[in-house]
Amino acid sequence: MHVHSCALCHIDLDRISVRRGGQVLLQDVSMHIHCGQLTVLIGQNGAGKTTLIRALLGELPHSGTIRHVDGRGLDIPHLRTGYVPQHLQFDREMPLTVCDFMAASLSRRPVWTGVGKKTRTLVNEALASVDADGLADLPLGRCSGGELQRVLLALALTPAPDLLVLDEPVSGIDRNGLKMFLDTLLDLRRTHHMAILLVSHDLRFVREYADHVVLLDKSVLAQGSAESVFSSPEFTSVFGFSGEEAAE
Amino acid sequence: MNTIYSILGTLLPFEAYQFNFMKNAFLAILLLTPLLGLLGTMAVNHQMAFFSDALGHSALTGIGLGIILGLRNDLVAMLIFGIIWAILICLIKQSGSTSTDTVISVFSSTSVAAGLLILARGGKFAKYSSLLIGDILAVTPDDLLWLLLALIGTLILWALLYNSLLLTSVDSWLARSRGVRTRLVECIFVVMVAVAVMLSIRWVGVMLINALLILPAAAGRNLARSARQHAAWSVGLALLSGLVGLTLSYYWDTSAGASIVLVSALCFAISFGVKKIRG
Repeated sequence: MHVHSCALCHIDLDRISVRRGGQVLLQDVSMHIHCGQLTVLIGQNGAGKTTLIRALLGELPHSGTIRHVDGRGLDIPHLRTGYVPQHLQFDREMPLTVCDFMAASLSRRPVWTGVGKKTRTLVNEALASVDADGLADLPLGRCSGGELQRVLLALALTPAPDLLVLDEPVSGIDRNGLKMFLDTLLDLRRTHHMAILLVSHDLRFVREYADHVVLLDKSVLAQGSAESVFSSPEFTSVFGFSGEEAAE
Repeated sequence: MNTIYSILGTLLPFEAYQFNFMKNAFLAILLLTPLLGLLGTMAVNHQMAFFSDALGHSALTGIGLGIILGLRNDLVAMLIFGIIWAILICLIKQSGSTSTDTVISVFSSTSVAAGLLILARGGKFAKYSSLLIGDILAVTPDDLLWLLLALIGTLILWALLYNSLLLTSVDSWLARSRGVRTRLVECIFVVMVAVAVMLSIRWVGVMLINALLILPAAAGRNLARSARQHAAWSVGLALLSGLVGLTLSYYWDTSAGASIVLVSALCFAISFGVKKIRG
């Protein structure tokens, strides 16, 4: 994995708007996602969190600009994004091992002819890096929620991205799995100096771990440290309770 | 061709395979079933069984239109119409405005009705009834060449597209985030299925073509754990059912297509049992 050299690079979202069928889904969203930081997106259902992520991944047409800039404000070409979806809605009966699934994305060789040694090694390393050794030969449909999230994380991290985007990755995992997943994530932030953008409903977690919090409802209502966002009047009006109550 | 015939004559010392039409049919099965077996794995993964059924039905309209337009080669008419039909269904499906099986049902019934309307004019449908059940014994060496080309083309595209299709079938948003152009890939896949279906329909028949595409892949799914095993089982079972079915149909003096499909169905039943026993 390549380690980022600049400590001050960030992804600069400038007035991102998304309209679909005459409806405004996002309006003038501006924010910075710094590398080495965990940025967390919070808001009610339908606030446009997933829409923002899809715009960021270039999967939805949007207005406004997304730039990847270094410490001096110069553009870094090719923002490499790793994406961990909320959940996979796939047919669990599909004959497909974890290794097949990852190799389909990591290698050109068609998986139905088998997986080459080099790819196999790459897959094993990727799985080991998220403490998911030994999953390679398990059918994808037999993975538990937590195991599946690790596989998706391993894939998102290969090759190492500049920006890691996780769309509420911790829903539907048991507490044990959750703890392991978060530890891996925090470890990555430290060792790889990666910019991480996370959508989360778990406000206790946000308060504890987030470096930067963005409260979204079609546009940015408040952003800053967890402390400042949680104590803002916007937070109370969106969630119907204050940030202090959320922490309890 | 004569060399191939004599080789086959030596390899297959059965009474059935002393005739050239049986040798042609044998070769056709040898080319056709791996093609459908491979495509079938992804058709099943993408839950497109109903879709390929609709495609088969559209062959009727294709031939009908060919007659109206005065095309002498009905294969060309079927191919063109099948491809257009497949892309249309795919585009409507991707627009996501209506439920997929409703869209497919509309297309399927429209094409059957339009085909019947044209082909049954003046009570002449009997002339085309062989289309419904197919006749694999009518395969000519020219047809075999077409099948060979289709198989080679499919293998090339399959090598290039398979991984993208696999990712798309698991999760299209994830696939897109990994740089897969999911819509394009899906469209090329349905066109491939359309071509394979149209090329084989005269021999297998409108009513049975879908079974040949879906059954071996569905049986393979019950037995396989990995993508590679799925492809291997699917192709293997398709070949086995094809050859056993063809041979049985000769001795029983009955429809080859129907025999092949029944053997596939038996394979499916067994695979299902195996899966249940394994737990």
